[in-house]
Parts: sequence; structure tokens; C-alpha cells
Amino acid sequence: MTWYRTVAVGRKEFIQIWRDPRSLMIALFMPIMQMALIGYGVSLDIKHIPVCAFDRESSQESQALLKRFQASEYFNVLRVVDTYRAVAEGVDAGACKLAIVIPSDFSERLRDSSGTTVQAIVDGTDDNSANVAIGYAQAVVSGYSNDVQLDWMRRQGLGQQATVPLRVESRVWFNEDLQSKAFIIPGVVALVMALIGALLSSLTIAREWERGTMEQLISTPVTASEIMVGKLLPYFLIGLVDAALCVTIAVFWFAVPFRGTLGTLLFTTTLFLAVVLGVGYIISVLTRSQLGASQIALIVTLLPTTLLGGFSFPIDQMPAAVRMITYIVYGRYYVSILKAIFLKGAGLSALAPSVLALALYAALIAVLATRAFRKTLD
Amino acid sequence: MLGRIRHMIIKEFLQMRRDRHARFRLLVPPLIQMLIYGYAATFEVYHVSTVVLDLDHTQESRDLVSRFAGSGRFIVQAALSDRRQLIDTIDRGDATVALHIDAGFAELLRKGEGAPLQVILDGTNSNTALIALGYINQIATRFARDYQTDRLSRRRPALVALLPEVRLEQRPWYNPDLNSRWFFVPGVVGSLTMVVVVNLTAFAVVREREIGTLEQIMVTPLRPAELIAGKTIPFFIVGLVEAALITLVGVWWFQVPFQGSVLVLLLGTSLFLLSMLGVGLLISTLCSTQQQAFASNFFFMSPAFLLSGFAFPISSMPAFLQWLTYIDPLRYFLIILRGTFLKGVGLGVLWPQMLAMAVLGATLLTISVLRFRKSLD
Repeated sequence: MTWYRTVAVGRKEFIQIWRDPRSLMIALFMPIMQMALIGYGVSLDIKHIPVCAFDRESSQESQALLKRFQASEYFNVLRVVDTYRAVAEGVDAGACKLAIVIPSDFSERLRDSSGTTVQAIVDGTDDNSANVAIGYAQAVVSGYSNDVQLDWMRRQGLGQQATVPLRVESRVWFNEDLQSKAFIIPGVVALVMALIGALLSSLTIAREWERGTMEQLISTPVTASEIMVGKLLPYFLIGLVDAALCVTIAVFWFAVPFRGTLGTLLFTTTLFLAVVLGVGYIISVLTRSQLGASQIALIVTLLPTTLLGGFSFPIDQMPAAVRMITYIVYGRYYVSILKAIFLKGAGLSALAPSVLALALYAALIAVLATRAFRKTLD
Repeated sequence: MLGRIRHMIIKEFLQMRRDRHARFRLLVPPLIQMLIYGYAATFEVYHVSTVVLDLDHTQESRDLVSRFAGSGRFIVQAALSDRRQLIDTIDRGDATVALHIDAGFAELLRKGEGAPLQVILDGTNSNTALIALGYINQIATRFARDYQTDRLSRRRPALVALLPEVRLEQRPWYNPDLNSRWFFVPGVVGSLTMVVVVNLTAFAVVREREIGTLEQIMVTPLRPAELIAGKTIPFFIVGLVEAALITLVGVWWFQVPFQGSVLVLLLGTSLFLLSMLGVGLLISTLCSTQQQAFASNFFFMSPAFLLSGFAFPISSMPAFLQWLTYIDPLRYFLIILRGTFLKGVGLGVLWPQMLAMAVLGATLLTISVLRFRKSLD
């Protein structure tokens, strides 16, 4: 393998990309589009949940409870209705996601102290939003309940005991404000890399076969490994440029913290790119058809990376069988590396297991890729 | 005229049957996605890996810790012996939650001075952390309440029964167990129908153009309107079949309830397919090779999918993106799907979505048919 010939193949490939405006658009516009869409559109932060209230009592006590819902930034008490039917209609139409129903004996039972129950009807269609809404509602109601209790104890002359015995001091690390964008955006870098593998590098060899230029390439003195390295080189550079683009947008536009070092990021990105481009290349060699190659590549690289790589759905909450499968999804290693570099500032030693897994993958793919392509014409 | 359209449709179906790639496109990605969304896609938080540093070693502290283990949400992995270990575990990501109970916890509890339970959460996954924090607060509140009642019953037993309390009874409608599968599977009907129909329609025309067979069709007595009908009706049928199949898998295999009327869903699906056929045709007029069609498909589907509310709630998006979602046909279809599957609502509730899809579908089809006829001339 000589450097001179490898670079020549690389230059040819680069010129080909440069003169094809669509490839160029995929290479440069797509990362920006993905970043903007996901950065703005993908959020699990839930605030201002539309609430409708059905207060069957309208007492001072029930109003005080509803005021607490109104005061919370998580709820937005849209309307106060006076029939159960109206509650059902509001939830059916999706106009309110949560309905608070206060019973007609609310204050009475609160006074005679058998304890009273407030109903929270939640639209469970979106189970995650419902769960979060219930959590917030629970907090509002138990806060109210606590205050009522303390007040009562003071009135009973139990003032010295009218205290909250336990308090939770929670500290959130790495993503202090629990913003979902800080959790999602670092993973977009992996997504974009996987896309380049799927939409660009998977075409390189297949295109030559389809256009009939493979014969010309084979008749030149370049060796098989020179073709491979030369052809992947431009995509590798594009991948790095895209990664830089994504990281810049993430840090400077979306203000996601970047606590690690650029060196670690560069090293791990190189490894992941090697894997993704290698896989694209192998697919390209095996299918010899551009369309087939890009479709297979999309299924093999992009789909698993987004769905099983821990990009949005947490791996540790998946069923055990699926969790085992995720170990062969190479995207998962890079996604976890990215999140750790961005948010935790992790260095290579902390990332060792994932980096090792990626390195093994890269080695394996390199061996397979060099074997996949033979300079023959059958 | 009907005869010619019929022949055209037969030709398209034959072509689909004999095209290895089209078969692959039709079967494999839907199957994979169906399985992943049915089994793996969840934001639920069930087993939060937790470590405990209990420096108090009292009955009270042990009681508190055992409540975490007993809640079914937390998996208490290890009992640590010093703070350093705790920090390491969180740093390495081996645990999501660390509970730290300092020496003197029970003492402060007895005095009623607000004994602190220190909680450290790995916020990397903001959603998991947020839900876990909610559970932690619930467990702590219940512990405090029980402790309070306990203390009161020892000093003034007569008063315990009188202690006022407000409880919240949660009633999730439509999805009582808050099962993620019930949320995702109806959505998959929409997203997969979109992928399959747009792909097929776009490729059907572009392929003929690329191979040069479009010219052969032009010299037949087929009129442009008939050609368009022949190029859309088959995929309309495929779309309906695909939607029906996924719905059946969802109901029979994944046990997602179907509460509404099949006719409402059929109407919704048909209206949705109009938009998708329109988009497919439009892409085919913009592209001259299948490769370009593939890339264009991606550029359409990626935003259509992300902005539809499939996984991420539209109400959490910034205002300008929320506006953009109004031109996304999938957004309306998902509301109809979830409405018919889970809520069992009918046209009385869903008519705005039907209307919006009808308008979008008519507009998209008109534009694409006009462009398509022009591209034939």
C-alpha cells in the first residue's frame, strides 16, 4: 500500500463528492437540519400542563388547594368546570391532560379528620407525560396535606411536634437543571456520523459498479486496500467536519455544557467513524447497488443507533433480552461516550470499557472490510 | 378508461412482487421497528440502580432504606462504607441514585429537626432522573408521615385517628397502567404507513424515469390522469393493507386495546394516505434518480417524524416549531390513531384532525399532480 496512490483515490472520490451537489447537501446541510430539529423539537421537559378543575365544594379549603396548582409552574389551570361530563369532554378532546376533582365533602372530612381524597384524572395516552404530571400533582397535594397537618397539630397544642421530621436534600449531578436537551443533543453527533455512513459511504463502491467505472478502477495499479482507504478518506474528513459542526452548534447555540477534552472527543469520534464507514463500505461492496446499499446501511447503522443505542430510550430500562442485543449495537458505546464527555467531563480512563469495545469493533470491521473486496470482475 | 387504469394497477402490483428491493423495503424495516417499539421503547422508570451509604446504622435509617428496596422502583445494589466510594459510583455511571444517611440521622428524626436524607442523582438522563426524584420524594413523604403518626400514637393515641390528611388518588384514563407500549404501538401504525407509502410512490415513478420505461408508457394510449391514478391507487391499497396489518399485530400480539370504531380509523387512514401519496408524487417530480429520491425521502420523513408527537410531546416544543407541526399530516393521524385505539372517541372529537388532513391531502395532491403532468410534457 503506497500513500501516493491512496491519496490519488481519495482525491478522485473527493472531487466526485464536490461536483455532486446532492451529496454535498447531505454532507453539510443534513447535520445542521438534524441538530436544529432535534435540539428544538426533542424535549421531554414538561411544564404548564393544561389542567381543568372540578371543584364540587368551592370552600375556602378546596380553593386553597387549587391555588397551589395554579401557583406551580408545572400546571396551568385552564378552566374550572362544574359537571363531571365537562371533565370527560375536556380530557377526551385532549384540551386538558390532568383534571383535579375535589369531592363535595372535602373540607368537612378534612375537619372531622377521616382523611379526604382528591381525584387526579390523567390522560394516560402519553404514559411518560402522565407519569411526570402525577409526580408533580402528588408533590402539590402532599405539600398541602403536610401544611394542614402541621397547622392542626399546632392548634391541638402539639406545637413542639409540629415539624417535618425528614427532608430530602437532592443534588443532581452532571445535568443540574435536568434539561432534556443536555441529555439528547450530545447523542445527535452519533446520529449524524451514522447517517454519513448510511447515506454516503455505503454508496462508494456500489456507484462504481453501477456506472461501470469499476472496470477502469480495477485495471489501474491501485490495490484493494488502497481503494478502500482512499475511498473512505474523504468521508472520514467530512465526518470530522460534521462532528465539529455539531459540537459547535451544541455548545454555542444550544448551550449544552462541554466538560471533557477535545482530545478525547476526537479520539473516540475517529474510532466510531472508522466503524461506521467500514460498515458502509462492506455493505457497498456486498450489494453492488446504490439503492440497496443505502437502505441496508440505514437499517444496520441508523435505526439501531437511534432506537437501541440509548439515544433517547434508556438502555437500563429495557427488558433483559433487548439489553443483551444492545451490546452488539456499536452506536451504544459511542452514545454513552458522548454523553459522558459532554456532561461528566470523562477522560479516557473512565471511558475505557466503551472505548475498548469500539476499538475491538473497529479492528474487526477493518479485517472484514479488507477481505470483502477483491480486485476481480465477476 | 377504467380498463386502462386496471391494467396499470396490475402492472404496478406485478412490479412490486418481482422487485426484491421493494419487498425488502416493505417488510424488514417495519418488522424491526414494530419489534423495537413494542418491546424496547420506553421512558418508564422501573429499576433505578441505587447505592446506599448509611453511616447511622439505626433502625430508622434501615427502615428508610428498605422502603426504597421495597418500592419496586429502586434496585439497591450495594451498601457503601464511605463518601469517596459513593462519588466514584456516580461518576462512573454504575448507579443513577445514591442515598447518603449521615450519622445522627435517627437522633435528628427523634427531635423532629428535619433529619436530612441526602440524595445524589446522575442527571445525564434528565427524564429518568426527574421521575426517580418524584419517587424518592413520595417515599420520603410517606416515611415522614408514618413516623409522625407513630410518634403521635405513642404520646396522644386518641388524636391519631383525627390527624387530617389529603390524599391524591390517581386515575389514569385510557391507559390505566401507564404502559409505554400502548403509547408507541398506535404511533407505529402511522409512522410505518408513512415510510412505506411515500417510499413506494416516490420510487415507482422515479424508477421508470431512470430506467427509461416512462417513455414507453407515454406512447401507450394512457392519459396523464390515468397514469397518475395507476401510480397512486396501488399504493393507496398497499398503505391500507399495511396499516391494517400493523393494527392487527398491535391488537393481537402486543395486546393494545382498540376502543374506537374501525370505520373512523379507516376514514382517518384514507385521508392520511392522500397526503402521503401527494408527498410521494411530489418527490418523484423533483428527482431523476432513485438515489436522489432516497435522500429526498429522508429529508421529508425525518422532520415529519420528529415533529409529529410520536415520542416527544408537541407541547414541549418552542412556539415556532409548534406552528410548523400544523403542516405535518402525521401529527393529525397520530391523534386519530391514539383517539381510536385508546380513547375510543369518534368523529365528534376527531373532526378537526380529519378536516386538517383532508385539506393538507387535497393541497399536496393538487400541487403534485400539476407538477407531475408538467414533468410528463
